[in-house]
Formats: sequence, C-alpha cells, structure tokens
Amino acid sequence: MAADNLVEIDSVEFHYDVRPVLKGINMRFPRGKVVSIMGLSGCGKTTTLRLIGGQLKPSRGQVRVAGDPVHELEQHRLYALRRRVGMLFQFGALFTDLSVFDNVAFPLREHTTLSGPMIRDLVLMKLNAVGLRGAQRLMPAELSGGMARRVALARAIALDPMLIMYDEPFAGLDPISLGVIGNLIRRLNDALGATSIVVTHDVQESLKIVDYVYFMSEGVVVAEGAPEQIRASQEAYVRQFVHGQMDGPVPFRYPGAPYASDLGLGTPGG
Amino acid sequence: MDNVLVRALRHVGHLVIDGIWRLGYASRFFALVLIRSSVSFRRIALTIREIYFAGVLSLIIILVSGLFVGMVLGLQGFDTLQRYGSAEAVGTLVALSLVRELGPVVSALLFASRAGSAMTAEIGLMKATEQITALEMMAVDPIARIVGPRFWAGVISMPLLAALFSAMGIFGGYLIAVVLLGVDSGAFWSQMQASVDLREDVLNGVIKSIVFGVAVTAIALFEGYDAPPTAEGVSGATTRTVVTSSLAVLALDFVLTAFMFRGV
Amino acid sequence: MERAVLDLWVGIFVAAGLAALLILALQVSNASTFNTSDSYRIAAEFDNIGGLKARAPVKSAGVLVGRVESIEFDNTKFVARVTLRLDQRYEFPTDTIASILTSGLLGEQYIGLDGGGDIEMVKDGGRLKLTQSAVVLEKLIGQFLYSRAAEGPAK
Repeated sequence: MAADNLVEIDSVEFHYDVRPVLKGINMRFPRGKVVSIMGLSGCGKTTTLRLIGGQLKPSRGQVRVAGDPVHELEQHRLYALRRRVGMLFQFGALFTDLSVFDNVAFPLREHTTLSGPMIRDLVLMKLNAVGLRGAQRLMPAELSGGMARRVALARAIALDPMLIMYDEPFAGLDPISLGVIGNLIRRLNDALGATSIVVTHDVQESLKIVDYVYFMSEGVVVAEGAPEQIRASQEAYVRQFVHGQMDGPVPFRYPGAPYASDLGLGTPGG
Repeated sequence: MDNVLVRALRHVGHLVIDGIWRLGYASRFFALVLIRSSVSFRRIALTIREIYFAGVLSLIIILVSGLFVGMVLGLQGFDTLQRYGSAEAVGTLVALSLVRELGPVVSALLFASRAGSAMTAEIGLMKATEQITALEMMAVDPIARIVGPRFWAGVISMPLLAALFSAMGIFGGYLIAVVLLGVDSGAFWSQMQASVDLREDVLNGVIKSIVFGVAVTAIALFEGYDAPPTAEGVSGATTRTVVTSSLAVLALDFVLTAFMFRGV
Repeated sequence: MERAVLDLWVGIFVAAGLAALLILALQVSNASTFNTSDSYRIAAEFDNIGGLKARAPVKSAGVLVGRVESIEFDNTKFVARVTLRLDQRYEFPTDTIASILTSGLLGEQYIGLDGGGDIEMVKDGGRLKLTQSAVVLEKLIGQFLYSRAAEGPAK
C-alpha cells in the first residue's frame, strides 16, 4: 500500500464488557483515497469508526490518525484532531432546532472567529456543493431523508476536513438520492483532497465510487481489495454478500429444531 | 420456596447496587456540569434562550396555580380562624404558608412536570438521533454547551417562579378574604407584615427554591442524558424525571424545614 | 424563535420575578433588621430570661423601639446578659427598668422598657441596671402555694 497513510489500524482488539467485538484487525487508509468498510450489521464496522474518532479506546493495538495514536491524546488534542475530521451520521443528526443554514454554519461559528459575512459565504459555498443552497432557510423537519443527509454532508465538510467518515450514508434512500450521495462522496473527496472512509452494506453503490474495500465479518477482516478484485472474489462470504445470495456462510435458516419434529411428525418420511 | 426467596433477595440486592452505581454516575455527571459551567456564562445568549423555555413558558401554569392556591388558603383559613374569632389573622396564615412552604414546593413540583420533563425529552431525543454524538465528533463538548445552559437556566428560574407563585397566592388570598369575605384590609396587611419576617421566612423560602431548582434541573438533565436511545427509553426517562424530582423536592423540603425552622 | 423577542420575554420574566421578590420582601414582611448606622447597643442582665429569643421585640409603652440582638450566659455572675439594639431616635434614662413580658396570655416574650427619671441617658455600649426577670410558672405556683400555706394556720 502507499507509504502515506492517513489512518492506520494495527492489530486492534476491542471488547464490550466481556464480549469481543473486534478480534484483531489491520487496516490502512491512504491519503486522498475513498475506502469502504463493508459487512453485515454487528460485524464491528461502526465500532471501527468510533475507534478512529476517539469515542472508544481499543483493548489492544493502536489506531493512528496522521501519525498520532488517537486513544492516547488528551482532551484538547483530541478535540483539535476532531476539528479536522468530518462525520456524516446515519440519518443526518442535524440539530433540529436550527435551520439548514445554521446547521452548516455551526462548526464555523464554534471553531472559527470568522466574520458574519465570511461565514455566510462559506456556508452558501458548501450548500451549493451539495446542491441545496436554495433550501438554506428550511428547518430539518421539512427536509426529505436524502436532502437531510446532503445538508449533514455540507456540515461535515464545513471546516474542509482532512478525513471524512460516513456511517451508512446510503441507508434508506431512493435510487436518485443514492446516486447523488455516491457522486458527492467521490467528488467532494477529490475536490478537498481529503480521505474518506465509508461504512456501508450497500454493495452496488459503494463499489462504483471507492478505491479500496475492507470486508468484515464477526470482528475480523475476511477480505480486502480494489472493487474489481472484490467483484471477482471467490471467497464464499464475499460472493454471498456481493451477489446477494440467499444461502452461504451466512445461513438462511435460523438454527433450531429439525422441521419434521417441529411439525410433530415422528420420523422423517412418516 | 427457598428459590423464590433467594431470587427475590438477589433481585433487591441488584436493585440497590444498581441504584448506588447510578447515583455515583449521576454525581459525576453533576460535577462535570458544574466544572464546565463557564461556557453557560460566557455565552450568556445560550442560557437566556433556555431561561425562556424553562422559565417564561412555565409562567402561566405558575401564576394560575398560585392564584388558586392562595384563594383556597384564604377560604379555608377564614373558615377555621373565624371559629376562634381570629379571622383577621388570615393574612398571616396565607402569607406564611405560601412563603415558607407552598411557594417553593408547589412551584418546584409544577416546574418539574412542565420544564423538567421537557428538558429530559429534548436531551433524550437529541441522544437518540445522534445529535449528541455529532457534537462530540465536531469537537464541541455537549455537557458544556447543551446541559450547562439548561442547568443554570433552571437554577435561575426556580426562585423567580417561586416568588411569583407566592405573590400571586397572597393576592388570591387577599381577593377572597378582603374583597369577598369582608376581612378588614388594614388588619389583613398589618398582621401579615408583623408576622412575616424577611430573614426567617422570605429568605428561607428563597433558599429552598434555589435548592429545589438545583435538584429538579439536575435530575431532569441527567435522566435525559442517560436515557436509552429508543422511544420507550425516552418516555421512561421523562416519567422518571417527574417522579424522582417530586420525591426529591418533598424530601429536601423536610430536611430544609427541619434545619431552618427549628424552634422558631 | 427570533432572538430579539426571546430576549424581551426573558427580560420581562426576570423583571417580574425580581419584582415579586421585592414585594415579598417589603410589603409582605417586616424588613426588621435595623441598620447599624441608625441604632445603638445597650446591655441588660437578667436572672432568668424565660422564653426570650434573639430578634424578639423591644417595646416601650407598647411601641416597637428595637430588637434583642443576642443573649449570652455570664459564667461568673451566673446571669443572662442580653444585648439590645435600639433605634437611634429613642433615648432612655439610665434608671429605665427592662422587664421580660409576654404578649397575650401564651404569646412570645419581649422586653418592655419603662422609662425612668434620670437626667442622664444610656449611651451606645451602656448598661441598664434595673431589670425584672421573666415570670417562671413553677415559681409562681410555688409562691402561691407557700402564701396559701402561710395564710392557712393563721386563720
């Protein structure tokens, strides 16, 4: 992999109480690239995002962002790091009591001493980049799901971050919005020269836009590679996931008693 | 038979340990809120906004309730005092009951159910929709920015609301006793002024309402911040706020009264 | 919510609350503490203060002229030393009698001052020498029984 990695995850293990969530993962996120982490719900991908953001501490191993081990930073350095990271949450997490404009302006007002007119210009620029400049006076409650997510994206890039993290950005969107968001993720990443990490289980959309994929299952990385490699992969779990097969390493049937005995039929063939 | 008993005991033990653990967690939360309070005062606009939502929007219920409580006191007081020929003392009765007890306590209970539960629901929902996490990831301390201003707004509003409650109540008592039932206006006020002491009664009432304000607001904010991020979680937290604050107010009232009015 | 309107309402609320507090303080209660500037202190010693408490009224001819500031026990003379704070406007001769009286039959106790005839007035820090202690019920009953007993055999 490229020598200059913005984020490095080294042999990280994570336990929630006694339950192991991550059982030793290694990941590299090179600068300027869009990388996705895919897998079923509960495989540990959101936990990985939280470790990178410093919300959780690994039980073992190290998570390094721009060379610094995240979990060893004191609060003000952690906050300094977070100012350079933008995060898009699953349903937007817009502040419901602020308008679209105020939501995007929030990080600018909190962390910079820029004047009102300057903030206004920057906010309109960001909203324009996601195509919602005309919606600046609306309240979050008046937005559709796709629009809310785009506003949240504008807010995430308000301070021109070096790292943008997306938690399930495609969840619950209509086909048009899917295309829009996917497009924006790629374009904004390249325009800002940033690095993006996309956690998702939407295979088709993400394979269109990413440079590298990590596949996780039950706390370990089971496969990784560029999109073409993933599509062509013969690994059973990957194949089931990518092609949406009903049965495979992830069983269709929930474990239980045999069908015959549930129906009350004594012996098979009876 | 043994099994049921042992299980019950274990369950109770669990509850107690959970309760104590939670109390410790809540105390740490409260300490953090206090330590990080400077933002609430440096950016006073945030606190003023919360005073609007907690205090101003509680005005109607406080004023109306105060009026009715005062009127009832006047009515009941007159009825009883008249039997001993001391109907003119009704002003004293109304004023002392309100200023010492009913003002701080009833307005705290009303505040808990109106403003307290609203705060719990608001913060619980913010947590459920990941707004709190979003703040953390944007390098903004949610305790300093969201919880702090609401806490100080509650502490500031509470004594003001209690004073308004008492004042309205005395007015209500005046309406009933003097205007309706014919107690002499001069006697009403002069007896009241002779028996209500600034330091003993009014000041102690103010101290009580400040203590109640701290308790009610702290409980409301903690329950919201700690609520499970689901619909049932938030609704359960709102109910818990009202119940816990009400019990806390009544218990604190007893403790404070015992301290303040010992052998006056 | 518009900032300006919000601020206005909060201002109204806080002003109303403070006004209510002021009304309670001034109209409803008696702002009873005297300022140190317009009052002066004198002392009086009693054998028994009964139920007298600090901040009890000091009256002369039934009019409030001051407050009891503090009550201490003198361990050498075994008496109660009461400090009175009197309104500057009223002066009392040095032979004024200070008695502990009860307002009404079972009411609170207060100090009554009966002006004497001396030309010299008690000054700040001075002391009233003539005092009358509180009436203690048991002693009263005891006196009554004793006087009845004394009468009895004489008949």
